[in-house]
Amino acid sequence: MPVPSVYSRLEPLLPLVRKPVQYVGGELNSVVKDWDAADVRWALMYPDAYEVGLPNQGIQILYEVLNSRDRVLAERTYSVWPDLEKLMRSRGVPQFTVDAHRPVRAFDVLGVSFATELGYTNLLTALDLAGIPLAAADRGLQDPVVLAGGHAAFNPEPIAEFLDGAVLGDGEQAVLAITELIRDWKRAGRPGGRDGLLLRLAAGGGVYVPRFYDVDYRPDGRIGRVVPNRRGVPRAVAKHTVMDLDSWPYPRRPLVPVAESVHERFSVEIFRGCTRGCRFCQAGMITRPVRERTVSAIGEMVDAGLAASGFSEVGLLSLSSADHSEINEIATGLADRYEGTNTGLSLPSTRVDAFNVTLADELSRNGRRSGLTFAPEGGTDRIRKVINKMVTEDDLIKTVTTAYASGWRQVKLYFMCGLPTETDEDVVAIARVARRVIEAGRAATGRRDIRCTVSIGGFVPKPHTPFQWAAQCDHETVDARLHALGSALRADRSYGKSIGYRYHDGRPSVIEGLLSRGDRRVAKVIQAAWADGARFDGWSEYFSFDRWERCAAEALAGHGVDLAWYTTRERGYAEVLPWDHLDAGLDRDWLWQDWLAAIDPEGAEEVEDCRWTPCFECGVCPSMGTEIQVGPTGARLLPLTVVGAQAASGHAGSPESVNVMNEATGSGA
Amino acid sequence: MARPVPAAPPPAPVAQRLVIRYAKRGRMRFASHRDVARAIERGVRRAGLPGVCSAPDVRDRLDAALPDGIDVIEVLELADAPGGAGARRLEGSQWRVVLPGVAAGEAARAVRAFLATESIVVERLTSKGLRQLDARAAVVTMELDRRAAQEADAGDAALRMVVRHVTPAVRPDDILAALSKVAALEPSSPPLVTRLAQGPLGMQASTGGARDDAVVGAGERVAPWFAGPSAAGPVAAEPAPAPRGPAAAERQETEARLGRAGAAALGNAAATAPLPTAYEQLPRGARRPVSGPRAREYDGRLPGCSKPSDTTETQTTTTTRPLATPLA
Repeated sequence: MPVPSVYSRLEPLLPLVRKPVQYVGGELNSVVKDWDAADVRWALMYPDAYEVGLPNQGIQILYEVLNSRDRVLAERTYSVWPDLEKLMRSRGVPQFTVDAHRPVRAFDVLGVSFATELGYTNLLTALDLAGIPLAAADRGLQDPVVLAGGHAAFNPEPIAEFLDGAVLGDGEQAVLAITELIRDWKRAGRPGGRDGLLLRLAAGGGVYVPRFYDVDYRPDGRIGRVVPNRRGVPRAVAKHTVMDLDSWPYPRRPLVPVAESVHERFSVEIFRGCTRGCRFCQAGMITRPVRERTVSAIGEMVDAGLAASGFSEVGLLSLSSADHSEINEIATGLADRYEGTNTGLSLPSTRVDAFNVTLADELSRNGRRSGLTFAPEGGTDRIRKVINKMVTEDDLIKTVTTAYASGWRQVKLYFMCGLPTETDEDVVAIARVARRVIEAGRAATGRRDIRCTVSIGGFVPKPHTPFQWAAQCDHETVDARLHALGSALRADRSYGKSIGYRYHDGRPSVIEGLLSRGDRRVAKVIQAAWADGARFDGWSEYFSFDRWERCAAEALAGHGVDLAWYTTRERGYAEVLPWDHLDAGLDRDWLWQDWLAAIDPEGAEEVEDCRWTPCFECGVCPSMGTEIQVGPTGARLLPLTVVGAQAASGHAGSPESVNVMNEATGSGA
Repeated sequence: MARPVPAAPPPAPVAQRLVIRYAKRGRMRFASHRDVARAIERGVRRAGLPGVCSAPDVRDRLDAALPDGIDVIEVLELADAPGGAGARRLEGSQWRVVLPGVAAGEAARAVRAFLATESIVVERLTSKGLRQLDARAAVVTMELDRRAAQEADAGDAALRMVVRHVTPAVRPDDILAALSKVAALEPSSPPLVTRLAQGPLGMQASTGGARDDAVVGAGERVAPWFAGPSAAGPVAAEPAPAPRGPAAAERQETEARLGRAGAAALGNAAATAPLPTAYEQLPRGARRPVSGPRAREYDGRLPGCSKPSDTTETQTTTTTRPLATPLA
């Protein structure tokens, strides 16, 4: 039975809301498949505004992976802003996908990608608008299986009550495995009902199904133990790791929105994982090992992606893009290929010690200079050792000198406030660093119009990192330090407008801390805050600290724990952490040793990167059966050979299509 | 040591100027001007248009490179565009407004009350604060659209109106607010507003013989491309000021030609075209019928012609520059 579009009911509401175009779909390269020709149907959600969610790589990749399979259908849904939510409620319009405007409840799976915990209340809005019971236990055969993915899924306990399952790690193969299991279960007549499917997913699909695990608590509020409550489910659920990224070259046909979005570019992930070992960085810890795409594969993806999208900027994405073993070859090769076409290259924030002159020149060759961002993270060499950033202030000065000398007038510097062992001095010192940066720029260029922007936010300890045991700094201290830094930056008038200052106040970080390291008891806080109106908590204009603080106090009252217990309390080695049964591959004892090394009163001990020093035994490769995959391959990008005048997308496959030549010129391929 | 600052490459010389007439259809009616501008910029790159290209070639390739619903109707080399700059002036828009749950008689009374009023000031919150707008002054004509009403569900009333482009803009919702002020209209759900066309305003309806075949109420003084195919004639018509300005003579001739072609095409289309559904859902990749919307719509009419479809037509000018390397 085809599922009717809700568009005819949605359309009359659209003239009444802000930016209605975000709800209509119709993006270039979007796909609408025949409902009845699919056996398994996914609704993929990014629980934030369309403008943020559309460019999300994870969603775009899974959307394309799923839709490229026969008899599988995937559509996308995003959070609707409160103006539309209100109208949808009053008119009975359910949560819909933007592709064919089908009601989300009609799908087999609702897969939600959480980049941050601040999307949790938006999940509840979507479930509620969709007509899906909030509590997983209340759902029936007519409801989709609600799965969480993304980095926040490495501790899904605070939303465990609302989830049927969570998938840890890379999604490309996992979604296909899940699809097969669902297809088999449906064909077999849905044996065992909903629980029967979930058991299959838990036993054979690598899916964490929270309700198959019981959690009990000690009288002091700490977790006693987490144990499976039925046979056939693993004691610990492991993450998924895709090896050989070249064989998963997605997105091939990037979605190009009609509405404006936060990233207007073709993004290609040049590698996945990071082993720099920054102790605060959850992404770096949970995505190991490093797996590079080759220069040739990147060249092909960029070629196809630009042709299919018409974008005029290429983003080379990864957790630390300048660390690719052949980043210079990639940048030079792409700049050569697209010279004269006004195609820009950009990197996300760049490691201070990996930036170089070649990269500086290639990123600016076509004259379009997207911003340069470096992330020293801490203001003194001492605190940078604590977080294992492995860069000194002199490294930073050398690097910004290169950037300014190469034509940049402005760099952005990212810092964090509230790191373990941090003192006021560590934060105020950022003002001195900023002045040295400006001095270096003025000296390198002989110009006065040199600028830098200091951007700083509160540090939130995250699961699966050495800092998972740390006490989060309270927001009063964070705000006092941010204030002191602001005063220090303004103190010297001779730098006047040369130094910009942007900061995020400390209070939202406290709530993010609660949601990051929370356990199942936090679900009641989330539900209470949502019922009280919490939406879009990542947006300062919607976020209400007072609401969250009040709801936390009320919802946790009976449990002997409170907001501070979850955030500013340091944990001990023996404490069972809510995510200990979720396996990112990291050896818990290694994390603990790294934590002790960080806070050593004699000064922190640093850990090198295993890409160029011996393995330091974080545990991931042996436990996950993976290995580092890095170049150099020695390959070079050759110019594109254009045959015929019709070398456009839409003609792909015709004899006149673009002939992409890649050739390995070295031996190490 | 200061290194030389790399300079941006100099802009390439202009090789060709094109006038592109496009339509926003169906759900793409919600795309803003900036949205369309971005889409066209990307479409040009995606189409891999070389430096200079024949106009029909640009039309086909650009249209194929744009999202469904942003459709290129026609491309002209700027030198060929009738009337030169005059043909590109966008002075007013023709709108259709469906008022769900409002009976025709009720709407007709509201229209009469509206037209009988000299000035109706409404307020709108803009980025510059609360602004007061005279909604009445911007309306050139307003009439009941009986054909649309017949085809809409449950006899919902529909209006057609021509609204002058003024600054600050008077939008259909401002006019609806004004209508509610004079006649307390209460649609059961939000009105469906569609811009049918936009272009130059104003000429004498009796100009020359060019208007012989136009279907307009006698004595009506509106631009020919605004001539509505209302089955029962206009409920009310208001004299519009005749065009004044240095280009008036040239424009009149141009518009007379537009009027003849436009009205002829209009008569045909109006007789056969049903009210299109607002959202025509085609699976992507589905084979587009040869007689599909695109094929049907490109009928050689000149820019500024009116056409009764659920469509907004706009003109844009684009400049292509030769690229050192053609884009893939």
